[in-house]
Amino acid sequence: MSDLLDLKLVFVTGKGGTGKTTVASALALFAASRGKRVLICEVDAKGDVAGFYEAPPTGFHEKEILPGLFAMTMDTEASLREYLKLQLRIPVVGRIGPLAKAFDFVATAAPGVREILTVGKLCYEVRERSYDLVVVDAPASGHIVGQLAAPQAINNLVKVGLIRSQTDWMLDILSDPRTTGLVAVCTPEEMPVNETIDLAGRIKAETTVQLSAVVVNRVLPELFGRQEEEVFDALSSELPTERLDALVGADAAPVLDAARLAVTMRRTRSTHLVRLRQGIDESVPMLYLPYLFTRSHGLRTTRQVAASLGEELGY
Amino acid sequence: MAERAERAERADRERGERGRGRVERRSRGPAGSGSMDGLLATKEIAIACGPGGVGKTTTAAAAAVMAAVRHGSKVLVLTIDPAMRLADALPPAPIGNTEHRVPDEAFRAAGIKPRGQLWAAMLDTKESWDALIRRHAPDRQTREEILANPLYQNISGRFVQSHDYIAMERLYEIHSDGDYDLIVVDTPPTRNALDFLDAPQRMADFFSSRLLRWLIVPYRSRLVNVATKPFYTIADRILGTEFLGDISEFFILFQSMYDGFVERSESVGRLLSDRRTTFMVVSTLEAVPLREAEFFAEQLNARKLHLGAIVLNKVLPSYLRGSEGTEVAEALKDRSEELAAALAPTLLAVDPSLGDTDQIVRVLNEVADSYLNFQVVALREMEEQATLSVMPDVLATVPFFDTDLYDLGGLYRLGEQIWD
Repeated sequence: MSDLLDLKLVFVTGKGGTGKTTVASALALFAASRGKRVLICEVDAKGDVAGFYEAPPTGFHEKEILPGLFAMTMDTEASLREYLKLQLRIPVVGRIGPLAKAFDFVATAAPGVREILTVGKLCYEVRERSYDLVVVDAPASGHIVGQLAAPQAINNLVKVGLIRSQTDWMLDILSDPRTTGLVAVCTPEEMPVNETIDLAGRIKAETTVQLSAVVVNRVLPELFGRQEEEVFDALSSELPTERLDALVGADAAPVLDAARLAVTMRRTRSTHLVRLRQGIDESVPMLYLPYLFTRSHGLRTTRQVAASLGEELGY
Repeated sequence: MAERAERAERADRERGERGRGRVERRSRGPAGSGSMDGLLATKEIAIACGPGGVGKTTTAAAAAVMAAVRHGSKVLVLTIDPAMRLADALPPAPIGNTEHRVPDEAFRAAGIKPRGQLWAAMLDTKESWDALIRRHAPDRQTREEILANPLYQNISGRFVQSHDYIAMERLYEIHSDGDYDLIVVDTPPTRNALDFLDAPQRMADFFSSRLLRWLIVPYRSRLVNVATKPFYTIADRILGTEFLGDISEFFILFQSMYDGFVERSESVGRLLSDRRTTFMVVSTLEAVPLREAEFFAEQLNARKLHLGAIVLNKVLPSYLRGSEGTEVAEALKDRSEELAAALAPTLLAVDPSLGDTDQIVRVLNEVADSYLNFQVVALREMEEQATLSVMPDVLATVPFFDTDLYDLGGLYRLGEQIWD
């Protein structure tokens, strides 16, 4: 199950609110802790990633924020500038004014231009730079398909020219299941499960990228075994509760209610987990991360999630 | 402000006169003290927005259900991308752009008697774009050419940002038709929550762009001036002549609709800032979504858009925050053996098949740990809520529901939580 770390390029996506950025940050941190040279790239630019490492905000040019761990934020215009400099040897400086406008214009008009510049830059990092692993905090599942399908879509639209030849090698990188993979982050709730199953289908139908793993985040612990649950049921009935109130000298109801809530939550969520497993191809591994009852966020949480992820990956 | 208060009063009065004699709360009071009831009684458009995964669509649907049931108005809920189960909750499952009425039988089956009508529609991006083209195309031939253009098909079907614009455009269209007292709409999952606010302006800028004309020029005449030549050289090298040709054809066709488009997108923009429009920012009390929601609320204020409500979903129950519970939980842990021994006879009286006291000890410990665990989260949530920097008229919290809400009755129960 350690395959995920053998990839070169991992896109991490998921429905909003499922912990996509947390998982991407944790995956990068874990890989770096295993001695890999890792780049984490934030595409869904909310400026969150740096916060997950307690680092100052990142920019288009990567910075080493922890040993072996580099971070950058995608900027499609900067990506175009870099591309022009590298590919066309156009001295950009003098013309950047009109170029920026032209870019904005073409990017708004022509489908996939922003997407291709994003994916292109990532593929470039994989091909040309010395990273062992590039982790992408990718757009949410609603947008990721469009992004990953862009090189193919452009390939179909543009028959000649530089872009055409560029998309060919990008497709080589994206289509190789030993190089590139997609990780879908999900929580055991109704909507995220629906969306993840839907995403898996669309990824298969519309892109050349393989779904490498589904990370199920925030799995609640099983509170009781079956016999313990019988004890709990008995405890929740009238006489034992009254007895308990008397023994502790206070109202025990909130504590019992909380346990009941935890059991119900866990139970509702299990049915979604079953549905998720049934809805996703058997060959795709599921990695389960526990719900964190913690008051912190930031690097402390990222480390906890990284540790759980490492365990699930079999390290 | 004064006008809004007046409007609220008038609406209250009118409802009173129509004999729906409940004591109405005023919608304006100290910040956070208003009710969703009052807010939706005075607005014609309510836009649910906020970060992904916080229950935006569900909240929009619940608010619409409540307005239809309680206000007796004709309400439309326009959903952008409903999950299948939500579509089931508003039967019959919507197809395409067609607005359909949720039948009274469906309400009756859920034990609710609606005073008004609830209508539902989904947004079909492609269909809406096509309708827009049909409206603005000068003639049949242009229309057909645009609809068949590969670039157009790509934009209308896939192009992500086109969702943002078309959702607002469709809202405008429905509102202009004047068929509903209230339209509740949820916003598409955008990369940036602000995208859809900017979409109308972006669309207007786009079509009035000088670059648009630049791009079209060489395909109209071969005269390319010195200033624009580098642009074409670069564009040509990057995109290839054929693709550039496709783009140009597309925009030449679009130019014929230029005035209509710009005017239209400006109208859409105006509708968002109209007094009859309000925004409901939806979030949970988790740190990351809440910060995003807060940022969004600040932006609404900065743009002078009406922040009507903040709805906080999935809030853990208040009993988790009591200090008495903490003491009980700690006692259960510290004295678990003693308590188990004392409880054993009573428990066995309830269920004679129970095992030994060790099992009771384990249960007491599990129960206590679980309480303390959830308390950490519940207290964190309260802290997050206390630090909210923006206060709308209405601040509603919705408790965590342990069952799924995707039927009409569920939406109604959720709606009741945000209503008063």
